[in-house]
This record gives sequence, structure tokens and C-alpha cells, in this order.
Amino acid sequence: MSFFNRLKQSLSKTRENFSQKFDNLLKFTKKIDDETFDELEELLIASDVGVNTTLKLMETLRENSKRIKSPEELKQKLKEEIINLFPETQISLPSPTIMLVVGVNGVGKTTSIGKLAHKYKSQGKKVILAAADTFRAAAIDQLEIWGNRVGVDVIKHQEGADPASVLFDALQAGKARKADLIICDTAGRLHTKKNLMEELKKLYRVCQKEYPEANITSLMVLDATTGQNALIQAKTFKEAVDFQGIILTKLDGTAKGGIAVAIASELKIPVWYIGIGEGIDDLQEFDPQAFVDAIFS
Amino acid sequence: MAFESLTQKLGDIFKKLRGKGKLSEADVNQAMKEVRLALLEADVNFKVVKDLISRITQRAIGQEVMESLTPAQHVIKIVNEELTALMGSEQSKISFSKDITVIMLVGLQGSGKTTTCGKLGNLLSKEGKRPLLVAADIYRPAAITQLQVVGEKLKLPVFSMGQQNPVDISKASVEYAKKHNYNVVIIDTAGRLHIDDELMDELSNIREAVNPSEILLVVDSMTGQDAVNVAQEFNRRLALTGLILTKLDGDSRGGAALSIKAVTGCPIKFVGMGEKLDDLEVFHPDRMASRILGMGDVLTLIEKATQDLDLKKAKELEQKLKTQTFDLNDFLEQLTQVKKMGSFDQILNMIPGFSLQKLKGVEFDDKELVRIEAIINSMTPEERSNPSIINGSRRKRIALGSGCSIQDVNRLLKQYDQTKKIIKQFTGMEKSRKKSKRRFPFFGL
Repeated sequence: MSFFNRLKQSLSKTRENFSQKFDNLLKFTKKIDDETFDELEELLIASDVGVNTTLKLMETLRENSKRIKSPEELKQKLKEEIINLFPETQISLPSPTIMLVVGVNGVGKTTSIGKLAHKYKSQGKKVILAAADTFRAAAIDQLEIWGNRVGVDVIKHQEGADPASVLFDALQAGKARKADLIICDTAGRLHTKKNLMEELKKLYRVCQKEYPEANITSLMVLDATTGQNALIQAKTFKEAVDFQGIILTKLDGTAKGGIAVAIASELKIPVWYIGIGEGIDDLQEFDPQAFVDAIFS
Repeated sequence: MAFESLTQKLGDIFKKLRGKGKLSEADVNQAMKEVRLALLEADVNFKVVKDLISRITQRAIGQEVMESLTPAQHVIKIVNEELTALMGSEQSKISFSKDITVIMLVGLQGSGKTTTCGKLGNLLSKEGKRPLLVAADIYRPAAITQLQVVGEKLKLPVFSMGQQNPVDISKASVEYAKKHNYNVVIIDTAGRLHIDDELMDELSNIREAVNPSEILLVVDSMTGQDAVNVAQEFNRRLALTGLILTKLDGDSRGGAALSIKAVTGCPIKFVGMGEKLDDLEVFHPDRMASRILGMGDVLTLIEKATQDLDLKKAKELEQKLKTQTFDLNDFLEQLTQVKKMGSFDQILNMIPGFSLQKLKGVEFDDKELVRIEAIINSMTPEERSNPSIINGSRRKRIALGSGCSIQDVNRLLKQYDQTKKIIKQFTGMEKSRKKSKRRFPFFGL
């Protein structure tokens, strides 16, 4: 199955919801009038695109509406506008790379790391996992199970250990074993917990200090069902570890994933990967074109 | 706190209204437009917002307004009433059955079921129940271990049968509870998508097998518009009896709570307020609505204080305050009592007019307490009971012993001195005005 089909399939719920409503809307609207725009606005908001981004999109649409004659054209235009919001995604992971994976509680960090490890291992890279979520009960076991499944080494201490020291050991191991990619799991934390955000900054500093020749790439994991709070989350985590991309998880539900549009628009942060299922292969590189096409087709 | 930003927003909107003597229809519409945006931004479902706004507008423009207080205050009152009504007017408790109460926790992946399972068990065992936690999440790697670790921490028994069928596990757990005299069974089910037919059927089967008194949907308070779809589907399949809202200690505005309540009619029974295993609270809809409107949550604070403060120790302290023999031992005691109530920002958040927003830049570091504890613990018993003997070389020793600087020790001693002075004023006051009953000990920091 091609990437496009797979994405399309798992986004089908989203697509059906979204485009059905859209088509219904267009079917019964002969002319494009204010009501059309109001209903479109509602549609976007219902998809978690957010008030600000929606208003912005609608404004652009309205400005161009004089030249737009048919509802079909309007749809095309909206699609373009949304695609334009996504910044260029450039995934580059030169060897050696340290990848810090961060996010709030329960978004799917450990699972995503398992999938990432599998992905890069099958590309022939040597991957090491660092179990630096020493807070949540059994988080280390969970990562270890993934490590065994994928067949990569997991560096761990016991529960309650200092995450920085786990990372330190993982970095030493990475150097000694000449790993291409060291992926560090971190404990889920709400972005409002000041001291926990400081802990993340410390992990970042440990990477800089102990393995200066390595490339540090941070990724934030974001649950697609999350509402507008995701914007603040992204801002705060960006300040702490300057992450380059987002892993958008749980897109296989009915969540519309519109929050990705909001983040792209307001924070100019690209999405790198999307999680579309519980299987080991259910992590895909994000492609805005395919993403929006799948929603609208 | 969850609804804080919404509070601020509504406050800003109504500030504009407050200056006016009466409300025109245009005024109300303008305000309602902003209320709508604020609610939408707070992730309240757009359909719910629509209903709410039309109800509020109707009441605000209607004749009621003219007879009342000032019109702007009246609008605030209406918004408050409608929000409260939407969230349910009274708190709703767990319904226990006569012999064994079975509680099922269900929800999406990552909403916090396993943690909540432990927290709920802990809460119920504090109320004198004998809970049994059941590990029925056989899918997620290490989910069973996670519940076992949580159970161990809380000294609560955990029932597990490895990766067997969750329906069998649930059935067996109830039998086990009967045999071993547990009266509450809390089943931690695997996280699942509401559109996953197979797994949703599994839940119905568990439900049929164990006939639970409570089926609680665990919902992440940060969920967006989709929350309504999820809740509706779970409700349709399982007939939910209530909700538990988690991660409410973040700054999400928690609009999902409003929406789900409005759409399913299920009451919110508990809220998860932090990472610690006792951070689960009974949900008070009326208090929550007050919090939206910036009225603080004093009731919860008082409840926390009476629950966590050791009354006997408080009496002793009171005695000490009166006789003015308050020493560093007591100082430390007082600090630990406060600490038991939760983190500082948690406590501060419940005090009316004390929104953390106003205190931007001020940090309440719980680590400061740890430092103070370390310093006092590094003193000899003699020094603690008679701090005036602490001279230069003692200070140096204490600093070394606690891993702090001498300045830190000095600061602590100064704080202690100030506290003592305040106490003197308090007790002095009591002597001069015997009738005034000031029994609540200070929280002097």
C-alpha cells in the first residue's frame, strides 16, 4: 500500500467527517454568501483549527471571494491556503544525532520512540534508546519491551533515578558503540511545571556538554485530540529544548488534527511525523499536501 | 488553573460593560461575541457554545436585566448561572452497592486511566473502603507492571492474570474480591479508540460479565472539539455513569469538561490535579463555575486544610503560640503541615483574588521548603529549641551540613525571627481583645 493510500485510509474518518459536511454545505449553497463563510468557519473550528487561524483563513478567503465563482473553487482555495500555512519540513539526522523526545503526559512518547527506533533501524542505522522517564511507574519496562521488539539497546537505571544521569550513560554508550542515533525518552510533564521544564533544559545541556560533536534534535509529541492548549504547550517546550518538529499522534481516531494547522500557522513549527495506529509501522513522515488532500478528497 | 484564562477573558469583556448604567441590545451582542470566542478558544464544543450563547443572550436582553442591580453585574450572574447549570448543580458521588462495588475505568489512550485507578483506590481506602485494583490492560507494554508499581506505592492490592482475556480477568477479580473480603473493585481497562469496534465490544462484554455500579470515562482536560464525539460514543455503547477529568493542573481551559457534561449529561465525579498519587479531588461543579468567574475556591482550601492538618498538632502549636515558646522545631512542624496540603501554587490558586496571572514572575518553589527542612535538620536539638545560641561558627557548620550557603542559613533565621514577631503581635492581640477568636495558625513564610 502506498504511503498516500495508507494515510488516506487512516484519515478516512477525518476526511469523511470533514468533506461530507463540506460537500453537503456546498451542495445546498448555490451562491457563495455570508452564510457559506459562517458555516465554513464553524467547520474549521470544529476541527480544532482554532479561532485565530480560522479567522485568518476566512479573511484571506473573503478577500478573494469576488473572483471565486463556484463552491468547488472555494474549496480548492481553502485547501491551498491551509497547505501554505505549513512550513517546509526538512528532516535531517546526520550521524551521530541525539534525539530528545518531549511532551505532556499521555501523548504517546514511548510508543512513538518505539516506532522511530524501528524506522531508523530498518534504514540501517545503529540506534540506542535512553530510558530517561524515571518518574512514571513502569515507563522503563515499557521502553524496554519496545527495545526488545525492535532489537535495539536500551540504556536504563532504576525508577526514580536522575534522568540526566541516564542520558549521560546513554551518551557514553552511544560514543563507545558508535551509534548513529540516540533517542532519549523523557517523562511526560505539563508545560506549566516550572521545575520539570528546568529538568528538560538540563537534559539539553547534558547533550551539549557531553557529546558536543553530536547533532541535537528535539521533537515534541502532540496528541491530535488536543485542543487549543497545544499552542501553549508547543511554545513552552520550544523555549525549553528548542524542538525542531512535532510528532502528531493518534490521528487514527476521529480527531480532526486541525491543531496541526494552528501550530503551523501561529508558531511556524513543522510536523515531522504522524502516528496513525498502534502497530510498529504506523508512523509516517508528514506531508502537508497529502495530509490536506486526504482531508478534502 | 484550568479556567483561569477564561476567567480573565470574561473579566476583560465585562470590564467594558461595567462602566455602563444600562445595556443596549448591541452591548449584549458585543459581549456575547467575545464570550463566544473565549469559550471556543477554551475548547468548548461549538454546538454547546451556540446553545449557551443563545440562552444567555435571551436572558440578558430580556426584561430581567432592567430590574436588577446593575445590568453588567446581572449579565455576569447569568453567565455564571448558565455555566453552573451546564456543569451540573451539585456534586455527584460514587454509588456503592451493598456487597461489592465494581468500578470500570474506560477511555482513550493516554488519558490517565492507570494513574487515576491508583488515585481513586487511594481516595476510597482513605474513606474506609477496601479496594482491589484490577489490571485489565493487556495490550500496552508494561501497563500491568505500571499498575502493580502504583499499587505497591499505595499499599493497595493489585489483581492480575497476565495477558489473558480482559473479560475473564474482570470476572475472576470479582470472585477474588469476594473471597478476600474486598468491597470495591476498580478495573483499569486498556485505552482504546471509540471507533474501534472490536475493543469497544470487549468493554461491553466486561460490563455484562461484572455488572459494574460505575462506568467512568477518564478524559484528558486538554482534549479539543473531538471530546464530544468520544464521550458520546462511549456513552452510547456503555451507558456511562460519570466522568473523571485528568491533568487539570495544567493551564488548559478545560472546555471539554463543559461540552461533555452538556452533551452526555454524565456528571463529572472526580478531577485529577497533579502528579502525586493523592492528587484526585471530588468535583464540585458550583465551585468550578465560581472559579471561572474569578471567585476563588475557598471551600476546597478549607477542606484540604482540615483533612491534612493534624488537629492535635495544631492544638499544641496554638498552646505554644500562646506561651510564646515557638522555636525552630515548631517552625519546621508548621512547614511540613503546610507542605502536606500540596504545592504552594496549588494552595494559592484557591484563594480568591489571588490569580497566578497577577503574580507573573513570582515563583513559588517547593524546593525552598526542602532547603529549609535541610537547614533545620542540620541543627542540634539545642540549637533548634534555642536559636539565639547560633553563632558564626555554628552557622558555618549548619551551612556545611545542609549543603547551603551561610546566607541561606541567615535568611532562614531572619524569617524565623519575623515569624516570631508576627506571633507576638497575634498573641498580644488576643490578650488585649479576649473575645476575638483567632484560632487559625499563621502560614508565615
